[in-house]
Amino acid sequence: MFGAGGGTSSYKEVEEADFVLLWGSNARAAHPIYFHHVLKGIRNGGSMYAVDPRRTDSAKFAETWLGINVGSDIALANALAREIIAADLHDTRFIEHSTIGFEAFVEHVEPYTLDFAASATGVDAGTIKDLAHRYATATTAQILWTLGITEHHNGVENVLSLCNLALLTGHVGRWGSGLVPLRGQNNVQGGGDMGALPNKLPGFQDIDDPTALRKFETAYGVPLNPRPGLHLTLMFEAMAKRELTGLYIIGENPADSEADVRHTRDLLRNLDLLVVQDIFMTRTAELADVVLPASVGWAECDGTVTSSERRVQRVRAALEPPSGTRHDHEIIGLLAQRFGVPWPTTSPEHLWDELRSLSPMHKGMTYTRLEQGEGLQWPCPDINHPGTQYLHGWLWEEDLGGHDPAPFSLTNHEGPKEKVTSDYPLRLTTGRVLDSYNTGVQTRGYSSPIRSGVDLEISHLDAKELSLVEGERVTVSSPRGSVEMTVSIKSDQAQGLAFTTFHFPELVDLNLLTNDQWDPLSGTAEFKAAAIRIDKLVGNNRA
Amino acid sequence: MPDLKFSDAEPDDHERALVDALVEQPPVVRQSERVVLGGIRRAGDARHLLLPGLHDLNASRGWISPGGLNYLAESLQVPPAEAFGVASFYDLFELEEPDMPGPRHHVCVDASCALADASGYAQQLRAEGKNVHEGPCLGQCENAPALFIQARSSDPVDMASTGETEQKFNATLANRLLRRFGLVDPQSLRSYREHGGYQALKTAIEVGQEEIIRLVTESGLTGRGGAAFPTGRKWRTVANHDHRQKYVVANADESEPGTFKDRMIIENDPFALIEAMTIAGFATGCTKGWIYIRGEYSTATKRLRSAIEQAYQAGLLGANVHDGAFTFDIELRQGAGAYICGEETALFNSIEGFRGEPRSKPPFPTESGLFGCPTIVNNPETLINVLDIATYGVDVFRSVGTPNSPGTKLFCVSGDVGNPGLYEAAFGLPLHELLEVAGVQIEDVQAVLLGGAAGRFLAPPNLDLPLSFEGTAERGATLGSGAVTVFSKDVDLWSVLVRLAKFFRDESCGQCVPCRIGTTRQHEVLLQIRGTQPNESERVLLSDLSMVMGDSSICGLGHTAASAVQSAFTEGLVGVQT
Amino acid sequence: MSNKSVSLHIDDQLITVPEGTTILEAAQSMNIEIPTLCWAENLTPVNVCRLCVVEAEGARTLIPACSRTCEDGAAVKTNTDRVRENRRMVLELLDSANDLSQSDNLQELISDYGADSDRYTDPVKTTTPPKVEDDLFVRAYERCVLCYKCVEACGDDAQFTFAIAVAGRGFDAKISTEHDVPLPESACVYCGNCIGVCPTNALQFKTEFDMREAANWRPEEQSVTETICSYCGVGCTLELHTQDNQIVKVTSPADHSVTSGHLCVKGRFGWQYVQAPVYRAPSSDSEQSAK
Repeated sequence: MFGAGGGTSSYKEVEEADFVLLWGSNARAAHPIYFHHVLKGIRNGGSMYAVDPRRTDSAKFAETWLGINVGSDIALANALAREIIAADLHDTRFIEHSTIGFEAFVEHVEPYTLDFAASATGVDAGTIKDLAHRYATATTAQILWTLGITEHHNGVENVLSLCNLALLTGHVGRWGSGLVPLRGQNNVQGGGDMGALPNKLPGFQDIDDPTALRKFETAYGVPLNPRPGLHLTLMFEAMAKRELTGLYIIGENPADSEADVRHTRDLLRNLDLLVVQDIFMTRTAELADVVLPASVGWAECDGTVTSSERRVQRVRAALEPPSGTRHDHEIIGLLAQRFGVPWPTTSPEHLWDELRSLSPMHKGMTYTRLEQGEGLQWPCPDINHPGTQYLHGWLWEEDLGGHDPAPFSLTNHEGPKEKVTSDYPLRLTTGRVLDSYNTGVQTRGYSSPIRSGVDLEISHLDAKELSLVEGERVTVSSPRGSVEMTVSIKSDQAQGLAFTTFHFPELVDLNLLTNDQWDPLSGTAEFKAAAIRIDKLVGNNRA
Repeated sequence: MPDLKFSDAEPDDHERALVDALVEQPPVVRQSERVVLGGIRRAGDARHLLLPGLHDLNASRGWISPGGLNYLAESLQVPPAEAFGVASFYDLFELEEPDMPGPRHHVCVDASCALADASGYAQQLRAEGKNVHEGPCLGQCENAPALFIQARSSDPVDMASTGETEQKFNATLANRLLRRFGLVDPQSLRSYREHGGYQALKTAIEVGQEEIIRLVTESGLTGRGGAAFPTGRKWRTVANHDHRQKYVVANADESEPGTFKDRMIIENDPFALIEAMTIAGFATGCTKGWIYIRGEYSTATKRLRSAIEQAYQAGLLGANVHDGAFTFDIELRQGAGAYICGEETALFNSIEGFRGEPRSKPPFPTESGLFGCPTIVNNPETLINVLDIATYGVDVFRSVGTPNSPGTKLFCVSGDVGNPGLYEAAFGLPLHELLEVAGVQIEDVQAVLLGGAAGRFLAPPNLDLPLSFEGTAERGATLGSGAVTVFSKDVDLWSVLVRLAKFFRDESCGQCVPCRIGTTRQHEVLLQIRGTQPNESERVLLSDLSMVMGDSSICGLGHTAASAVQSAFTEGLVGVQT
Repeated sequence: MSNKSVSLHIDDQLITVPEGTTILEAAQSMNIEIPTLCWAENLTPVNVCRLCVVEAEGARTLIPACSRTCEDGAAVKTNTDRVRENRRMVLELLDSANDLSQSDNLQELISDYGADSDRYTDPVKTTTPPKVEDDLFVRAYERCVLCYKCVEACGDDAQFTFAIAVAGRGFDAKISTEHDVPLPESACVYCGNCIGVCPTNALQFKTEFDMREAANWRPEEQSVTETICSYCGVGCTLELHTQDNQIVKVTSPADHSVTSGHLCVKGRFGWQYVQAPVYRAPSSDSEQSAK
């Protein structure tokens, strides 16, 4: 990539964009208020196309929906690039000035003809060509994506393929054009910003940069491990090899949320020590040796979170937490004291000021400034800096602001690791629905009139072939396990595709099915593509 | 459109076929299993088919079934709640299965028909086992009591044509706009041409767009619907707009109680309207015209539809009018029983498939009208004046009438009148002369309501009023649409006032507070004081209601909802201790 | 909005504003108060309530300040006798037709303007029993003044769900789903953005409704805390309204660039787990569970 770490654009920009390409995102359900901004853009005269294996609620707002095969994103992106180049719609001045690797890229995408892409994606060549032209000729254009791009074994390559399109057309680094990954939780962005990545220190400073490391060692008064740590998936691999035997989990529920969850639970059980800090007694917490009850971050604690437009915002305590629970920072501080490190009992603001002293991109964001107004978008390097509405403006500067030109990436279409076979002939993909959230621990607490449960949605064509009727209970199996589910038949779902949500592990242990093939660069598992089989229940008819 | 939710209610086969035939370009197109075209804009483009679709469904079974409405909404991607909101706006649509089978018989109970014992007539029809609905003016006041039979498509053909009544018109005072009435065959383009038809368009094309607009401007022609806005100025503004699409709209939603002139124009001389609209389109660069006609005007609609078809066949409408001189299309839309849709912006909303609620002005239609495009709205009477202006020029046009009200005006004379009907007269004629020609015993007159429900009462001392814009304005009256309703001395004016108030209460769209609640309260207060003398606090209350409706309503309906009532007081017709 | 500016007099003071500025916006910038009801900063003005009418020189009727844009050279008066009389009548008409008891703003205006709805004998009123169809919100249309705000918020001013629209005509016009089906059968997605904009409390949280029924609703004891929603990465600002250490309802500031005051079902209603003891109770063998 070209040095990102965050979405390039502000929400406001999508309201003014000429063209929006929604790719692998059902923002209507998963990011409803962001989608309001998209809808404002459409109302203002903008156009939207949607690329998604399913015609989601979001895709229904699109002028054109392209229902690609699961995992064929790179084939599509490369073919779009090839078509843009072939039709001479690429921005040659921008490419020459701001990028490197164009020649190799042209050569690399040469085999990705429209016909090739049509056969790989299942979408006809004419529609792909139309999309290429619409994107390239738009005055401003944004590509928005979510887990439909990243939850693949090659999620990072998927992202890079989308970045190529922006570099090819100059749709990045200026108002209205950009690349916007939407974050799934209120502080995914903030977690990364704070260095909760295996190879980063806070503020995206590299752990193997000795100058940066020394700065942190001086500030913290302790030597720091200079080696990159493990990402989540590698941790589980290390647990399997018994190289990692103790685990401290804060606010995650991997015993429900991980792909191939049976395997995960075995690993957690086999640990020498499992500590879970959470607001609930989750399934993961039930496996723990020690549970540290925490207060609710957004309603019972003070602090900050960072949104998908890199906006650092204040969270505040509105309620007294239940007795016996403590704030996360307090628990960690007390643990440190027990470990013999004399950390002071401290406030969130004090911690934030420490961060500001170490992370240049946060330096200008005092609590006072965050309290006034709506927070600030990083980078915000000094206290007079207004924050940054969009990233990579340097691409358009005379001297590139001292940066290296942005590189094109060469990516290859592979498709999902787990191929559909005669034994497992259907493709299972997963996603969120509007009124529920992740493993459901937070959304089970209110009674939603629109809660739809956890049905397996399949095409009417597959239903016919398998002689299934609406509401029938079936056995759903992947190479890793089986669960019992209820079938919901959809007239507009592609043949061969099955969809369900993961919000109700207490009802259906869905991640028994999902595939833990993971991306070597990000560690994200391929939740979006498992191969499954549907069998009628033996000796039992309808539910 | 978007993630709309439709119900499981199913249409019957006939309803399905009707909707399928209507929606030629559906907003959602499934190009293949993997490519679907959709989105908000495509849905927006199809939405204007909602009103015709509702008509089709209502005509199919005599009501709009939930399955039919759901299927129409889904086919057009209109949110079901909005489709329901639109359908429930109009009197002519039924959303529940009627208790009584058979076509609906609408009997007018407004002023002139009430004088002709409309309620007795309604009772008689009920006794015959008919499905009767007593409602507002049907625009057939010259044939009171008026009946409109709302036929279903399954009803026998002669049932649907009972709207045809005797054509009562009188051209002895002036004979311009009525020139062809009774002479030309309204269903024959050839006959129209034999009577001078399409000469004006030919002339217009010869002299060119600029010249036509100049002629219309210098003629002093003003709108005949009531507002008297200079027609040339409207045309000039729209002609100057360099917009991708501009429209001419003929407002034939004539619903002002006591008014029937536009119906008679269309019934007797439909090609004149088409020709005049074509000239307007040519002059201003509008390539499309819409005619919005009252849903109750079945004969006029039938004749207009036939006339439009003949004009297309003859190359007088379409892509190559006059051998390629320009493009002009006309689309016909029927209202569905809502007085407010005669308000020009409510009319736009109605065509566009929304509730017929007026928009706020500005922006005015000439800037942002139908579908947000610059639009000329004129009523048929205004438009057909253009034919003479184009053919004979400004001087001839201005040779009759007054300097400030040049030309002639159509008057719809009804009520206690010897010869009710449509009268053409040069502007400036004293009212009593018109009444005398119409066979009114002047000494018997208690009051005249000039301008319909939105107009004002005149007491006998004012019957010398000159019928011109300036003449009426001087005395605080209005010509309005040219409705002249006569009440003799034996009429109970309180009943007339209560009915007028009821009319506004029924016809308020409900959008703004002063009108929605004000018309209701006005009716309630009048009901309470009916037959007695209002006390001071009741007079103050009525006056306060008049003020807030007149000052603060969104549109003309509210602005004028108390005018007639208040004028009855100021003219001393009611409320005076005797 | 263009770069051009226009100058006009409002209450005899000269002001210059960018072209496209409404009279209301201009007046607000001068600290001139104009009452509103159907206007909201996060919705397109519909100018239906007519409470904001003002007098413009040369205009035959009064004009709505909320939607009318400033014109160069105009002279506008916001508080003449005529204006006040008209506002008084608008308030009086509303009060004669609806239950306005839960709208403090309107109660204040009614007394300020001296509106007297007792002048009417047996006026017909909007009477509909509250619709309680689910656990999240209640629709009490006897309080509905038909300001259209909920329809706008549900429609193309925010949510694009279009579950409700105005149906019927005249005094009988009302907010309705198709065929008046219960909300759970409609297209409603329970974002509650209609509640967020309702000026008369016709639409309210079920929590508030229940607490009012139990005579336990005490606004004077409530506090409001701004925080950020946790249900996705968009970063919506929530205003948590709390009473007795319980969240009782959730709103968002209308002027916020992220939300414009609008939320989704999770942000609006998903907080209940926080105060549900059954979820939060530390496990039984922990020392804290004694409480």
